[in-house]
Amino acid sequence: MKICITSSGREISSAVDGRFGRCRYFCIFDTEARESRVIENRGAISQGGAGIAAAQQVADEDVEILITGNLGPNAMNVLNSAGIKAYRAERTDVAKAVEMYEAGQLQPIGAPVSAHYGMQQRRGGK
Amino acid sequence: MLISVLSGKGGTGKTTIAVNLAVLLGNSSYVDCDVEEPNGHIFLKPHFSQRKRVDTMIPAISEDKCTGCGKCADFCYFNALAVVKKKVILFPEICHGCGGCILACPHHAVTESKKYIGRIETGRRGNVQCVRGVLEIGQPVGVPIIREMKNGINGSSLTILDCPPGSSCAVVNSIQGTDYALLVTEPTNFGLHDLKIAVQLISKLGIPGGVVINRSGEDDVLIEEYCSMEGIPLLGKIPFEREIAEIYSRGDLLVDYPKYRKYFKEIAQKLGGVINDETACDNQR
Repeated sequence: MKICITSSGREISSAVDGRFGRCRYFCIFDTEARESRVIENRGAISQGGAGIAAAQQVADEDVEILITGNLGPNAMNVLNSAGIKAYRAERTDVAKAVEMYEAGQLQPIGAPVSAHYGMQQRRGGK
Repeated sequence: MLISVLSGKGGTGKTTIAVNLAVLLGNSSYVDCDVEEPNGHIFLKPHFSQRKRVDTMIPAISEDKCTGCGKCADFCYFNALAVVKKKVILFPEICHGCGGCILACPHHAVTESKKYIGRIETGRRGNVQCVRGVLEIGQPVGVPIIREMKNGINGSSLTILDCPPGSSCAVVNSIQGTDYALLVTEPTNFGLHDLKIAVQLISKLGIPGGVVINRSGEDDVLIEEYCSMEGIPLLGKIPFEREIAEIYSRGDLLVDYPKYRKYFKEIAQKLGGVINDETACDNQR
């Protein structure tokens, strides 16, 4: 099974990016092979509809589980249709997030935040 | 004769200049291209007697022809389409109506449907025709409404186009094809910064233009120096006065007050002069 983690860097020690559509990288972790690889999020540079582009890319990777901070309504729509389950992890690194998921410590993301939520958080200097 | 009023920076006084000039000059059309937030009607108070809906193209997917290949989603620059589990998900509020997905689909599964995006309202105030575009809340792009309004412009009479702020597609579409650009600015660093962008824009489109300084005061030199350096004519100034703000706040016109009417007369006079110089070969008026 493949898990996708939104990441701010290319390393397994990089921090989980709390934003989905505009995160810089996706870390794709294979739970059987215990291997990970990193791809750039195409949504990060898109003019609009970032969450949709990101969700499309994650779906194309045949991912089953997504670990991120928050999801917007459009991204959630695509992920739901693709049958991808999303879990929330924040203020931790990629490796730790996978560990927590496997230990059953992460909460599923039930409801989306408003569109462009992550941008407001950034401006607020959180 | 088409005169566009733009600024770069928002809140510099585009509408104030545009509506007052339209009334002062008379036998004119005022076209509010700021379709996201048209406000010229607050001052002109026309009775809108005609209403026309504006639709834009939106894709419709025929499920029996669609193979879920994803070419439509790949093509869409705006990410208005996603294809997961061989099914297309459409996000109509993100679609810009370019029709690219129709061309991209190898199975002819995408056809053209319509989406209501807003309306155009037309009315009169005395000898001024008032037109405004109103974009429906939640719609991302007002450009089709602006284009439709411009299609209805009778080029032989004086038309003043009140443009949206900024220098995005909506502004480009508003000013394209206009004969002269009236750039409204304020004597602040922000005003100057965005004025420079507006000047770049009009020069790229080959539209001659001049500057009006609103909220004019002791810092005017900031704008004046730039204008003389760039060789852009300064068409006039509106002073920074509390009473002007009060008149504006009541939704009244400055040209109805003799002591302020003179500023607009001066702008109109200078505008007439530069337009005659610029369009010596164009004898439409």
